[in-house]
Amino acid sequence: MDLISGEKLEKMTSMEKIRLILDKVKNGKIVVLECGLTSDEEVRLIEMTMTEIRVDEFSGIEIESYPSKKEGSFLDKIFGRALKGRMTVIGPANQLRTIEKDKYQISTKVSVGD
Amino acid sequence: MGIISSLKESLGTWINRIFKKKRAKIGLYGPPNAGKTTLANRILHDWSEGESFGEASPIPHETRRAMRKEGVVINANGSSIELDIVDTPGMATKVDFKEFMIYGLSEVESKKRAKEATEGVIEAIKWLDDLDGVLLVMDSTEDPYTQVNVVVIGNMEARKLPLLIVANKMDLPNASPARIKAAFPQHAMVPISALEGSNIDNLYQAIAAHFG
Repeated sequence: MDLISGEKLEKMTSMEKIRLILDKVKNGKIVVLECGLTSDEEVRLIEMTMTEIRVDEFSGIEIESYPSKKEGSFLDKIFGRALKGRMTVIGPANQLRTIEKDKYQISTKVSVGD
Repeated sequence: MGIISSLKESLGTWINRIFKKKRAKIGLYGPPNAGKTTLANRILHDWSEGESFGEASPIPHETRRAMRKEGVVINANGSSIELDIVDTPGMATKVDFKEFMIYGLSEVESKKRAKEATEGVIEAIKWLDDLDGVLLVMDSTEDPYTQVNVVVIGNMEARKLPLLIVANKMDLPNASPARIKAAFPQHAMVPISALEGSNIDNLYQAIAAHFG
């Protein structure tokens, strides 16, 4: 399992983040992103995942994060207090399974080996 | 070039607001088997003289190509709105051909369906760039906190486009539209049964109010 800091993610472009995640997940790793992805990056990750699905090799990803909070207030925007992305867990679909998820907690089951 | 196209877009948005745009291109989104095609067919049945988008099926990813019907006029709340309706393939983060074999499809058929399903998800994502709003269809017997729902909602919020949540399958005994409302309280939600047509008039009123 790889935990990736928000600091590292901030320095990466969207494409770099997506490539990093997919490479790790295709190698069987579970990736935890401290600050998650933007909604546009998540959509692009799903899109790219679809292009890389191969029968008997890679069936896709399991990705979980919490629903977004409401937009920040006007003052938040003025003072640059933007809401940060939310912690996100991503893994191979055949190894990571979400058991339960609500607004505050994600419970997952990780299978090790075949 | 970017500034000019951005100015054009803003101008278009303001003109539409000022003149109360009464035509909208809306997409039906949601996870596989949420009832998108059943709802799309219901809308066409009610407002487009028996036309249909295609067959609904219990096998996931039955819709693997986006389909559009233009000029569907819905009358509700004393006003009318003309919709271009796009029925999109189910959004998913994974597609495993073995899942289709459980429904009795052969391995060859299942692999073909899986390939087409992945293309369908990409097509659904591409359509997000070309819509005025989204009807997000959820199965109200299922956990609403799926990443597909979270991603579609996050995307529409980022684009500042209208979104209406449809809590489908309210006819089933374990349906819980309240669970969906609790999960996404910031968005309007209408519980319906697309199959039986229950509460469908409330949905049409909400469509007219949201997208009109």
